Order: sequence, then C-alpha cells, then structure tokens
Amino acid sequence: MNQIPALIRVFSYLSILTVGGGMAAFPEMKILTVDVHHWLSFAQLIHLYSVGQMAPGPNMMMIVSIGQWAGGTLGAIAVLIAFFGPTAILAFVVAKAWRKLEKWPWRSSIQQGLAPVSIGLLLAGGLSLAKGAIAGVETGVLAVAVLLILLRYKVNPALLVLASAGVALLIPPK
Amino acid sequence: MNEANVVPALQTATGPTGAQAEVSILQIFLELLIIGATSFGGAVPYLRRSRVTKLHWVNDKEFVEMLSISQSLPGLNATNMAVLVGEKLRGMMGAIAGIIGICLPGGLLMFVVGIYYRQHGDHAFVTAALKGVSAAAVGLILFTVVSLSKKSLSHNFDLFFIAMTVIAVNQLHLGVPRTLIAVGILAILFHHPRKTQKTGATL
Repeated sequence: MNQIPALIRVFSYLSILTVGGGMAAFPEMKILTVDVHHWLSFAQLIHLYSVGQMAPGPNMMMIVSIGQWAGGTLGAIAVLIAFFGPTAILAFVVAKAWRKLEKWPWRSSIQQGLAPVSIGLLLAGGLSLAKGAIAGVETGVLAVAVLLILLRYKVNPALLVLASAGVALLIPPK
Repeated sequence: MNEANVVPALQTATGPTGAQAEVSILQIFLELLIIGATSFGGAVPYLRRSRVTKLHWVNDKEFVEMLSISQSLPGLNATNMAVLVGEKLRGMMGAIAGIIGICLPGGLLMFVVGIYYRQHGDHAFVTAALKGVSAAAVGLILFTVVSLSKKSLSHNFDLFFIAMTVIAVNQLHLGVPRTLIAVGILAILFHHPRKTQKTGATL
C-alpha cells in the first residue's frame, strides 16, 4: 500500500507541534508512527531518535529513516518536506511581522509565557522517551550520569552519547 | 528593511568600513551546508561561531533577535535560524538555500543509518550499544530542560506551568495543540504587560 499520503499527513501535522524544539512532537510522533500506522516499533523509534543525537545538523533527522522505511527514497523526501516545510514557511512569514511588533507590550508576554510551556513540552517528550529507554538500574544510572556530567563540564553532548554506547557494551547482558 | 537589494546603496552611503558585500545564494547554501555537516550536539552554537556572524552577515543583536523568534515559533531552532538568516540575506531563495543546506548532511546520514539499522539493528552487539545511546539521549534532554529553565524562565511560578504542561501531555493525553492553547494562554496572561516595564526579564 502506498504510504506517502499518510507520511505527508502525519509529518506535516507533527511539524506544527514542534514548539520550542523537535522533542515537543515526540509523544504524538510515538502515537502516530507506532500505534496508528505501525511504521516502526516503539523501541525502534527510541533507537532512531537517540542515534540521531550523534548526527550533525537539526536533531530530528531520524524522521528521514522513518520515511525511508515506510515509503522508500520518495518517502524519505516526502517526510523531510512535510516536517520542515510548514514551520519554514511560518518562520519566513511571521519573522517579518514579529520584528514590526517590537514595541507591542504583549510581545514579551508571549515570549515569557511560551518559555515554560515549551520547556514543559520538552520534558514531556523526554519522559515518554524515558519510558522506553530507561529499563533498569544501569540505564537509569547512565542517564543521570550524562545529566550530571553536562551540568558540571563543558562536553560535546554528541561525544557523550557515543561514550554511553561504549559503556553500555561493557554491561554484561542478562 | 535590510533587504539584499538595498545593500549596494548602503555600501556607498556607509563607505568601505561598514560595508556589507552582497552574499550569493550559493554562499548561503555552502555555509549552512558546512554547519549542517559539522554541528555535532546542537546546531545553534555552531551557527553562532560560524562565518555567518564572523563575516557580519548577521550581527550579534540580529542573531539574538532571530534566536528569540526561532524559539517562540514552532519548528526546530536550527531550521528556523537557517530560514531567518537566509531570508535576511537574500529573501525567499536565501531562506530555501539555508534550510536545504543545514538539513542535507544530517538527512543523508540518517537515510543511510536507517537502512543499516533496519538490517542489523537486532544484532546483540548493536542492541547493547543502542541501550546506552538511548539512556544518554534521556540525560541529554534532562540537561536541556535544566539549562533552558535557568536561561529563559522569568518567574518561579513558571515551574507550575511546566508541571501543568507535562501533566496535560503525559497524564491527561490532551495532545500538544490543546495543551499549548490551554497552558499557553494561562502563562501568557500571567506574564501580561505590567505598567512598571521590567525590561530585559528574558534572555
């Protein structure tokens, strides 16, 4: 069955949910790609997202993999355009208007009000990722260790993700 | 205001010191392609240190302004910034060149990684490594939550809005749009403009 129309529908919807960052769309991405359309499993979604943290550029590039699985090369391209197109157009159009509103007092209210909501959306996305990614003491310790190291030292996060892969290999399988 | 076509006029007006040579579409594409290929662990810091600011394509004040717009709008900061930088330099074509440039390297990489993972993802060795990678991704998100909270929250009560958002999405399963409207409006009203203008509360 041709999945391209569904891919475009799902990812253009997810696109407008990415308030404050890609992770805001994660809970709904899980529902739509895993539970509704069965393009991949939850574990696979977590793996792709996490591996994507080591890739350069915008950090939601794992959507390309989902597109490729569900619809081949055309699916990958469709997903890219669907996911980045709507917000790009919005940024293009709104930026000009937004600059003109510099003196409007509600402008800073909107920015101040959206700040906690977008942090909340990021945290909500992170917690639903954690539901699948933290499966015991070892992974829990690893996540906390990464958090503490980043809070204490200036390390490139991508390197830390890579190092965690190495550490996980040392944990004996059960 | 700062459209590329007025730049030559500006050049003659300001003289060689403050002059800004017109940036070509290809230059925008290549510069953002390089950032797209090298920005491991988050694109915005790379953008800040890149030639986009070094060559004064965008000055510091504009950069901060663009970043605050990028954060308030839906879309990833990296792609919104690419659009805004491109738009400032060369209008619509600049914006398109910018976003394609920043997305292309990571997109191609994940295209290949996706195929490889599908074929070999269930090998014990790969699965074990992925466990670590996923755990680290959670730690990374928690770190971003902490550092964003330190940077962009302007009131202690904002912690309550964060909690409400998490509960609405993860417990009540309201979905992002409804959560955004409900909690977002409350939070914006809470931060309504006050007569005693507290400037510089954010950033």
